[in-house]
Amino acid sequence: MTNFPEIWTYLSQEPLLWLTATLLAYAVGDTLFLKSGKRPYVNPVLIAVVLLAVLLWATDVSYPTYFEGAKFVHFMLGPATVALAAPLYMNLDKVRTAALPMIAALVAGSVTAIISVLAVAYLMGVRGEVLLSLAPKSVTAPVALGVSEAIGGSPTLTAVLVILTGVMGAVMGSPLLTFLGITDWRARGFALGVASHGIGTARAFQVNETAGAFAGIGMGLNAILTALIAPLIISLFV
Amino acid sequence: MIYHLTIILLCQLAGEFLSQSLDLIVPGPVVGMIILLALFLSVPKIAAAIQPTALGLLSHLSLLFVPAGVGIVGHLDRLGSDGIPILIALGISTALAITVAALVFVGVNRLVGGGK
Repeated sequence: MTNFPEIWTYLSQEPLLWLTATLLAYAVGDTLFLKSGKRPYVNPVLIAVVLLAVLLWATDVSYPTYFEGAKFVHFMLGPATVALAAPLYMNLDKVRTAALPMIAALVAGSVTAIISVLAVAYLMGVRGEVLLSLAPKSVTAPVALGVSEAIGGSPTLTAVLVILTGVMGAVMGSPLLTFLGITDWRARGFALGVASHGIGTARAFQVNETAGAFAGIGMGLNAILTALIAPLIISLFV
Repeated sequence: MIYHLTIILLCQLAGEFLSQSLDLIVPGPVVGMIILLALFLSVPKIAAAIQPTALGLLSHLSLLFVPAGVGIVGHLDRLGSDGIPILIALGISTALAITVAALVFVGVNRLVGGGK
């Protein structure tokens, strides 16, 4: 019989182990989330990420090795984005009647996201490439990386900022919107999608399907708008 | 289900092709979503068939962000000495963006007399 270290050496280099670990870590996060009564601060993404990061650190496994397994999950982001057409189609009547509120909320939310992050960071002494990398933090990763590069930021840093923004939006969104007295699922979902892209959208789907559909639209529209206006706003400020 | 997934992947592939060939700022999967929506609108039968698979994919959308999330942990040190200011800026900005977008949505909806 082969001893444990040898089996480990074999398995830790194979995709199977890390794919399974990713699903298990998420299952733990999702179970805790459901057990907590769907509390927003018990975020399944955050829990799974922390568990896996600790596991990789403890076992001294590199991210590229981990990603060999996790890439199968990561790949599904594309098809899932395409699948957003389904809730959109089911909610099409609601979407049609909400065109004006959506356009207004999109422009206001998008501009607020870009200007406020630049202003606060600037006031706190952040400058240069790091400051520029912050501008597209509210939009979905592939677009944010492109925008960051175009305006002179660092795409790698922007990737970090995008995920942090997504988790923050998913965690603070529900309590904040409830505090503001917003009960309209369309407004709640749309705001989450505009401010915190896919991770906010995932959170919106956990709560309500209409909210999820509107979050998906908010995410898609803000990706387009931010790509157009972020360079413009940067040229005004810098 | 495999057929449904094939249609979804075909939409994504067409989306990637359009996005790359026309140099669009919109990423391929988002173009794919628009193509799938157009398909649903022109052939409602397809919509009814694909709906369960699509909603199944979306029911654990959170899971799909985990690998990328693990990837950023190694890059957290890139925030460097700006770490705390950046976290504060992200927090304030995200809260403001959610607040403004939601309030404007509800306000304009009231102005145009929209229902719920």
